[in-house]
Amino acid sequence: MQHAVETQSLTRVFRPKKKKEGKVVTALDSVDLRIDRGELFGILGPNGAGKTTILKILSTLLLPTSGKAYVAGFDVAKDLLEVRKRINMVSGGEISGYGLLTVRENLWMFSQFYGLKSKEAHRRIDVLLDRFGLRDKDKEKVRTLSTGQRQKMNVIRGFVTNPEIIFLDEPTLGLDVNAARTVREFVVDWIREDPNRTILLTTHYMMEADELCDRIAIIDDGKILACDTPHNLKKLVGMNSTLTLSVGGLNDINDFGSIPGIGNFSSTKDAEGNATSLRFILEDESAVSDIVSTVLGKGSKILSLQKTEPTLEDVFIKLVGRGLE
Amino acid sequence: MAVINDLRLLKNSAWLGWQMEANWTDPFLFATYSIVKPIAGTLILVFMYLVITGGETANDFFSYMYVGNALYMFVAEVLFGVTWVIHDDREHYMTLKHVYMAPMNFYVYILGRSAIKIAITSFGVLVTLAFGVLALGVGINLGAVDWLLLAPSLVVGLLCICILGLAMGGVSFLTAKHSIGINEGLAGVFYVMSGVVFPITILPSWAQTISKFLPVTYWMEVVRRAVVPEAMDGLAASSGYDVTGMGDMSDLTLMVLLLVSAGVFFVMSIGVFRVADNIARKKGKVDWTTAY
Repeated sequence: MQHAVETQSLTRVFRPKKKKEGKVVTALDSVDLRIDRGELFGILGPNGAGKTTILKILSTLLLPTSGKAYVAGFDVAKDLLEVRKRINMVSGGEISGYGLLTVRENLWMFSQFYGLKSKEAHRRIDVLLDRFGLRDKDKEKVRTLSTGQRQKMNVIRGFVTNPEIIFLDEPTLGLDVNAARTVREFVVDWIREDPNRTILLTTHYMMEADELCDRIAIIDDGKILACDTPHNLKKLVGMNSTLTLSVGGLNDINDFGSIPGIGNFSSTKDAEGNATSLRFILEDESAVSDIVSTVLGKGSKILSLQKTEPTLEDVFIKLVGRGLE
Repeated sequence: MAVINDLRLLKNSAWLGWQMEANWTDPFLFATYSIVKPIAGTLILVFMYLVITGGETANDFFSYMYVGNALYMFVAEVLFGVTWVIHDDREHYMTLKHVYMAPMNFYVYILGRSAIKIAITSFGVLVTLAFGVLALGVGINLGAVDWLLLAPSLVVGLLCICILGLAMGGVSFLTAKHSIGINEGLAGVFYVMSGVVFPITILPSWAQTISKFLPVTYWMEVVRRAVVPEAMDGLAASSGYDVTGMGDMSDLTLMVLLLVSAGVFFVMSIGVFRVADNIARKKGKVDWTTAY
């Protein structure tokens, strides 16, 4: 099956105008990526890692120095029109827009650049304005919107053309908590609606990558360091998950040590002696159900339960030797 | 299908251009501005002429100069307007990258955005010419205007200016700081070398050679012959020599020269735009903003 996005030894070097003005920067260094249709694929890396450069090349804004990049099977350096028909892009923190037009006029105008029928464009704009809580702003001039509202309008601009493949460059950058959540929820719903849709998302928010992405490529200094599902990436760290329970009315803890899949186990009673805190190092995730069954089988009550897993930041630190921020 | 899509794009881009040009103030103020601006601009030249000649405007040379100056508004405004579309989209609205990566004919988009500039400038030119006839005695006789010559020469000339603007737009992909200056420089070359306010025969011979490669030179001559034929005949008769340097050419010859030179500039402009576009993509300048 044809990949939604494929890069082969993709390299991008930025050279200063004059040698005195700076050094040569290798923004991308032989990047190989294969993203399947229907995937929500994330590129996670710190600022300056090369995330945006990949998106610029894939969206035909920038030519690679060497290597190849294909979108829906079309060469981004040669088949510009075929690539552009199938894509759109949203950049976080973006406040672009024709300030003299209303929100609706702006969105309609960009839909026309993609050849959408006017009636269909307005229908989609209605749906998206409702979804992003901007319906009451549709007749207001863009210049009067707040920064966050402009960003939401730009997210709508990207999705209103219903692209096969959308590039989201830090889409929640600078948004407040609620707006960021709205965007994340929409992104997940949008890709689940149609198996032919593909999202390539760049972010330096680990939680966002973890929550949204089917697979993640970790990038630093223009190189892909690892590429896998969030779950498998976390396995790279070699750290086990931890399960912590607070249990009431527990007198006997002897059976817990023999539950399969437990690497280590400890317990402590609280000061009043009413609750027992149990902490399990899990070698196998399936041990969780056995632990819960054993606690309940002893007639005890679970007061609280918390499972802690290694984070993508742990993965990043292991791969790069420093944190993401 | 592609033609229908391009026509829709042309219409929608023109609408966007109209919003950008006219939506910044209320209609009355915009109308007032549209009338006062071209007249005020023209009066600068008129006063200079009056000072030099001692106050005589009802003569053939004044008509020659006045009409040329009015027509030059198309060159300056449209050339600048086309370049400004790219500059404005990139620097002010920050929409250029989204416009650029849309699956549309970028030339048609530019032409659509510029169409409204042509319309507004046409209004300005008409106002200027009307002011010239009513207040300064410019010799335009509507009954004598050669409409059959005027219409095709206007279409060819304006298309040529738009395409020249496209080349300048390509240059503005590469340099935000200097693009306006380069544009004004090119417009200045046309002003001096194309017989806008004085005939090219007063230029040194090397400059006259350059003039004869410029489509605007032929365009000025053809449109003047169409709009003020009596003044052009009178000018030739009173000076006693080929004052415009093109007096021995027929209207048809001038139209052919206009078409040929416009064709050459068309190919050159598309070439410049494509090269600039490619360099901009190589250097990553399509979506940069420079705050200029």
